[in-house]
Order: sequence, then C-alpha cells, then structure tokens
Amino acid sequence: MASSATAEPTRRDFLYIATGAVGAVGLAATVWPFINQMNPDASALALATSEVDIGSIQAGESVTVKWRGKPVVVRNRTEQEIADAKAAALSELKDPIARNANLPADAPATDANRAAEGKENWFVMVNVCTHLGCIPLGQEGEYHGWFCPCHGSVYDTAGRIRKGPAPENMAIPVYSFLSDTKIRIG
Amino acid sequence: MMKMISAPFARTRLGLALGASLLAAACLAGTVSANAAEGEPAPAAEAVPTYPIRHPHMEPWSFAGIFGKYDTAQLQRGYQVYKEVCASCHSMNFLHFRNLADEGGPHFTEAQAKAVAAGYQVQDGPNDAGDMFERPGRLSDRFPAPFPNPEAAAAANNGKAPPDLSLMAKARAVHRGFPWFVLDVFTQYQEGGPDYIHNLLTGYKEPPPGVTVGPGLHYNVGFNAGPAIAMPPPLSDGQVTYTDGAPQTVDQYARDVSAFLMWAAEPHLDARKRTGFQVIIFVLVFAGLLYATKRKIWSKIAH
Amino acid sequence: MSGHSSYEPTNPALKWLEARLPIGGLIHSSFIVFPNPRNLNYFWTFGGILAFMLVAQIATGVVLAMHYTPHTTLAFASVEGIMRDVNGGWMLRYLHSNGASMFFIAVYIHIFRGLYYGSYKSPREVLWILGMIIFLLMMATGFMGYVLPWGQMSFWGATVITNLFSAIPIVGEAIVTWLWGGFSVDNPTLNRFFALHYLLPFIIAGVVVLHIWALHVPGSNNPTGVSVKDEQDTLPFHPYFTVKDALGLVLFLAFYSWFVFFLPNYLGHPDNYIEANPLVTPAHIVPEWYFLPFYAILRSIPDKLFGVIAMFGAIAVLFLVPWLDTSKVRSANYRPLYRQFFWIWAVVSVGLGYIGAMPPEGAYVIIGRILTAYYFVHFLVILPLLGLFEKPRPLPASITESVLGKGGAPVTAGAPSAPQTK
Repeated sequence: MASSATAEPTRRDFLYIATGAVGAVGLAATVWPFINQMNPDASALALATSEVDIGSIQAGESVTVKWRGKPVVVRNRTEQEIADAKAAALSELKDPIARNANLPADAPATDANRAAEGKENWFVMVNVCTHLGCIPLGQEGEYHGWFCPCHGSVYDTAGRIRKGPAPENMAIPVYSFLSDTKIRIG
Repeated sequence: MMKMISAPFARTRLGLALGASLLAAACLAGTVSANAAEGEPAPAAEAVPTYPIRHPHMEPWSFAGIFGKYDTAQLQRGYQVYKEVCASCHSMNFLHFRNLADEGGPHFTEAQAKAVAAGYQVQDGPNDAGDMFERPGRLSDRFPAPFPNPEAAAAANNGKAPPDLSLMAKARAVHRGFPWFVLDVFTQYQEGGPDYIHNLLTGYKEPPPGVTVGPGLHYNVGFNAGPAIAMPPPLSDGQVTYTDGAPQTVDQYARDVSAFLMWAAEPHLDARKRTGFQVIIFVLVFAGLLYATKRKIWSKIAH
Repeated sequence: MSGHSSYEPTNPALKWLEARLPIGGLIHSSFIVFPNPRNLNYFWTFGGILAFMLVAQIATGVVLAMHYTPHTTLAFASVEGIMRDVNGGWMLRYLHSNGASMFFIAVYIHIFRGLYYGSYKSPREVLWILGMIIFLLMMATGFMGYVLPWGQMSFWGATVITNLFSAIPIVGEAIVTWLWGGFSVDNPTLNRFFALHYLLPFIIAGVVVLHIWALHVPGSNNPTGVSVKDEQDTLPFHPYFTVKDALGLVLFLAFYSWFVFFLPNYLGHPDNYIEANPLVTPAHIVPEWYFLPFYAILRSIPDKLFGVIAMFGAIAVLFLVPWLDTSKVRSANYRPLYRQFFWIWAVVSVGLGYIGAMPPEGAYVIIGRILTAYYFVHFLVILPLLGLFEKPRPLPASITESVLGKGGAPVTAGAPSAPQTK
C-alpha cells in the first residue's frame, strides 16, 4: 500500500515490530486465564481427605470409600493373598515401580512397598484401572486380585498389573494410620 | 488525535449553548425542586426522613485506592470479633476454614486454620449405618451456621433471621448523590459497604426525646431501613481481648470486623488491584506504541 | 462484500483453498483493500470496538457457563463459587458483567454518532434497521443475563420486566405465564433465560454479519455526509483504518479495565449480592443503567398499557428515523438547526436515564414526563419539520475538498505528495 521507502526504514520497522510484539504479549496474557479456569478450583483442591474406620473389617473383607471422586479400596488381606503377592518376583511384573504416593517415585513394586508399612495385611489402593479408568472387580481373575471387565486387565493381590492392556500398577494414595482402627486417606 | 475528535464538534458549540439554555428553560422549576430532594440534610428531607439518619463517614481503609491491600493483622482481629461476637447468630455460608489461610486474606498459618476448624463439630454422613454424625471440622468445611435453617434462626431471634454475612460488605452501600457518583469513577470509591457496616455498629444511641422505638428494636442512627434495628448492640468496649495491642474499643472492633467482612465478600481484592495495575500500565504502553505507529502510517496522508 | 478482489495468493496451499472457497478474497476485499472515506474520525472506531466486545462477551460467557448452575437453589452459590474458588474466576465474571455495560456504552456512542452524522439516510436504511435489531437483541440478552446470578435485583427485575407483557389486553396474562413457565419467576424461568442468554449472542453475531454486509454495499458514511466520489476520497482499510481502529480499541480497553479492576461493582446494584427472595421486594427496583431511559419513559405514563406502549415506542421511533428525517443533508455539521436539536435530544436522553434511577416521586415524575414528551416530539415533530424549514450550510464538493480545502493539491492514497497538514 503506502509503503514507499523512507529514509529510516530501520526505525520505522522497529516501531512496527515493537507494537506487534507488545500486542502479541497482551494476547497471550489474556488467553491464559481462559485456559487456567478449567483447572481444578480451590474447593476441588481442598477436598483432600477421607477418614475410614477399619476396626470392623475382617480378613478377606474390603471397604470402598470415595476420595476425590474416585473409589479407594481398603482391604484386609488374607494370609494366602499376602503369600501370593510376595511370591511374585520383580522380573515377572509388567510394571516394576511401586506407584505408591507414600514412597519415592522409583521405589520397586515389592509387596512390602505396596502394602501398608509394617501392617502387611492392610492394603489401600485407588481402584481405578490404569488403562482407561474403569473400576476393576475385586478378588477375580487369574491372580485372584482384581480384574477389569472393560478391556481385560488382570491385577494381582497387591494391585499390580500382570496381564492385559493396562500399563501401570494401580495407584496407592497418600494415607496414614490415625490409630490401629482408623486411617486417613489424602 | 484530539484535534480529530473535536474538529466536527467545535462548530457545534453555539448549538450546545442554545440547546442547554432551551432545556434549562423547559424544566427550570422541576430541576430546582429535584435538587432539594437530592441534597443530603436539605429541608425537604425532614418531610420524608432518609436513612441512615447519620450518613456514613468515609473511613481510611487500608484496602481503598489503586494500591489498596488488606491489613493482615486487622483481618485477624476482625475474624476474632466475628468469631467471638457475630458468629453466635450470623452464618457465613460462603466461607471455608481453608480461606483463613489464604494469602491476601487473614493469612493464618495452615496449622492455625486447621486448629480453628478442629475446634468446631461439623455434621457429616451418613455413615455405614445410615446415621449422620459429628466430627471435628477440616479445612475443606464451610463455616458452620449457628442455626440449621432460616426459620430456626428467626424463631430464636425475635422473628427476624440474622442475615448471612458472607457478602454483607458488598450488599450494602452508601447513598451517593450527584455529583459524587460521577467523581467516584475517578476516585474509585468502592468502600461504601464497610463504611456502612462501621457506621451501623457504632450507631447505637439513646433515642432522642420524642422518638419511641418499637418492642424488640434498638435505636440506631446507622441503619438504612428505619430509625431502629432488631439486632441488639453487639459490641461493647473491652469485650474482645486483642493480643496485638490494638485499642479494645467499639470503634476499633467495628472497624476490624468491617474490614474482615469486606475480605469475606471480596476475597481476591488484593490480586484484583495488583493485576489491574499491571493491566492498565500494559494497556497504556500499548496505546502509546499504537499511537506512534498510527501517526507514522498516517503521516503522509491529509485527513 | 463489495470492493475489488485483487487477491491472488502465491502460496500453493492458499491457492488450492482459494479455488474451492474464496474466503481469502472475501477477507481481502472486505478488510484489507476496502475503501473507506479518508476523513473518518474516532467515532467511527466504535464499530470495531463493538465487534470486539461481542467476541469478548461470548468468550467470557462461555467459560463462565462452564462453572455456572442454572437452578434456583444453586445459581447464587455457583456464581460465588466462580468469584471465590475458580482460578481467575473473579476476573472472568467481572469482565463479563462490566463487559455488558461497556458493550452498551459503545453501542450508545455508535447510535449517537449515526444520528449526528445522518448515517441512517439513503442508501443506508437497511444498515440502520439491522443495527436497531442488534440493539434490541442486545437488550434482551443483557436483561436475561442480569437474571442469572439470582440476586434480589435479578429476581425482581425479571418479575417487573416480564410483567410488562401483562399489559397486553386479553392475552397478556397468558403470555406472562408462558414466559415464566409457572405462576411466578421461578426455576423454569431461570433455566430458559440461561438457554436464551447463551443462544442470543450467536444470533447477534449473525445479524452483525448482515450489518457489515449492508455497510459494505454503500461503504461508510463520513463526517461530511458527502458521498464518496472517486478513489481520492478513500484510503484502503488496511493499514490506515486497522491501526486507527486498534488505537481506538486499546484506549477503550483502558477504560474497560479501569472498571473491571478498580470499580467492578460500581455499575451493579448492592441488592444483587443478596440471594433472591420471592417474599421480599427491595425498597427501590432499578434496572441496569442501560435500560434507565426506557424505564423512565415507562414510569412517566400513568397507565399500564400506554406506559408499555410508550417504552417500546421509544425504540420503535428509532427504527423509523430514516423516514422521519426529511432533510436531504446527512451530516449535522451542515445542518445548523438539527445540530442544536440533536444535542438537546442527547441531553434529554441522558436526563431520562437519571430520572429512571430516581424514585418515582415528587419533581422526578414531572421532569420525567416533560423529558418523555420531548423525546417523542423530537422524532415525531421536530425531525420531519426541520427538513422542510432548515437552510443547510453549503456542502463541500467532495470529501477530498473538505480535507484539503478548495483547490488543494490532488492527493492519492498510493503516493501522497501533499505536505502534511497536521
């Protein structure tokens, strides 16, 4: 259009570039709140804890509680289940990482690292299949642990993936024993 | 740029003057009486009393102005007044215990906020047996209401339910007539709510001779709906023990709790003003650059 | 949309697209090379500002709808959730609520500009009517949006405004019941208002496309009101008017930001921070400020049906302005009498807004009636008569002449040779 060459092209170009750049920065800064508003809000972040009374859970029984909108299973495992879980060598596991939020991120997936510390019969786990988010059925499948009916992932009695499409062991949430009969999840 | 806006209208100045004088003539009588009705304690005001009787004073709030910020110590004192005095009758439904630890708020430590929460029993449930049960409060819980429902609140308070306080500081305002409401745009006066609350809490007086106050009501010169309010005087000197050496007077309590209620109603005020300052600076810089660009582009064009 | 499409992409992918969907040519002819009168002033930037505000309101509105719950028991609390808990929610909500006011400020300036410079006159009547349709849709959208937070003013504003329709003889009551979906403003009302509040902006966007289309047939009016005669009178849209519109927009954004960040509740009403209570009416019911002049007209007529007719009539006369104004001269700059009456009318309209905010008692009622009468006299009596009696000032022969004065050196857009006149 009207851009006949002027004596000082560099100064003019600098002005145009500066204006355009500042405009682009403004646009980017404006877009961010529109994206960030979809992240969990303060009330969702605060819904952190659930308390479970485990005094009445006998060996071989489970209780499921909702934590952050997901089912968390608290199981009092039988001797047999513990023995089965311990029998599995790390080399047999599809995912050798413990996936336990109470332990370092690289802790190996031994049964001791999956079960409650010092109370190996107690087992707390987010009961969500790591494949695509379905809820596996308890005490079913080849390893008598969990079996996901959606796409056939098979977990053992320590919630570790053994067969099927799921890539990881089911997650262990942050939890702690408030007393011998009470745990707090989150 | 100014030249361009004003050029077409410069020639209209004569028309403006004519128009204004015509209009003034058309409604001269009306305008004069309107001013009388608008004026604050003008003679006309005596015929129809205006409330509040004592017009709220513009208090020096720390959160006023472009660089305004909440005073953390004041909010903590205000929370103490709310907790020890107001909370026995007034709910605060939109606040959670976690908010007490919020930055730009009372900013208690998380441990302090947890201890406050644990001091309350909160209803939860149903449990496995299907019963509701009480447990100590947690950060994610709302401030518990003093009454289970508005009807119970009214029944316990002479038939009038004490209003929820979460938004009180934005749900009340100071009447600003002309020209103040225009000037407020420039001075950005947005503290009418806390000014009103402070005026109300310090407004309990002996009724003047000749004024009778209905049963269950209390004469208050700060109330916006009549000469007397159902709420009995909530504050008295020395009632709340401050630990930071602030004066333990009704005026100071009213000030602190008003500030606290402002935070409760507008918890992100600090962030809003901080962001706003950055935005305005950015926009002005950008406008300056655009103005230079625009001049450059148009420099060879007569228009 | 008119303009000569000289657009020929060199990029093969764009070439491929252009052969199948000539959208590049459309944009190029409409917003790049489109010829605009060279003498447009900053009042002409409000069209672009309005387009921006529509997009801004849709953008903030869509994200707010992600957090809002249109139910009487949850609406107020969900808005508070946005204000307190959603990341940046307070900003998005204040942008949206103040954005509505900014949208109306801009549209009123846009309409006043059109009235001052006679932009509604032939051949732009359809353009003007489309604009008025947008204005009506904006009012409906703004009204329904104000109901959504479900505060006291939301509820009682909705009750009062919907009750306007009960003034219609015979079927009025049935219409109101139908609007409510019940026997008072309640959950069905809130739900449908939310649905319509979400829908209408997209209809507005559609009418805006028609509005721009109708604009691009004759091109923009200009401060002289003299039609474009040749290429000398115009400049290409880009870069001349893109940069000018951008500057106008950014200055407007500074004003908008001032309200959002420092006066976010100035244009609202404190009662709307009290949750709706169908059993208690606030002491003074006041609509949003942008409805106040029409509200004042409604209250000035001491009869329900005629009050409603007058209020809608105040908007209807605007539709008829192209035919009520009998003068052949467009711009008020060359109409000495109209210019004075325009400003009287502008002051009267602002005065009506002030009256609308005051309680309907005493002198306010009388002033309101005088101003209401004048409002209609302006359109129905003064405008038609002025064209017959007014002696307009001599018009410049062309836009170029008005810019450079008679005998000014000829200038072209491409290679300006005249010395700067600034």
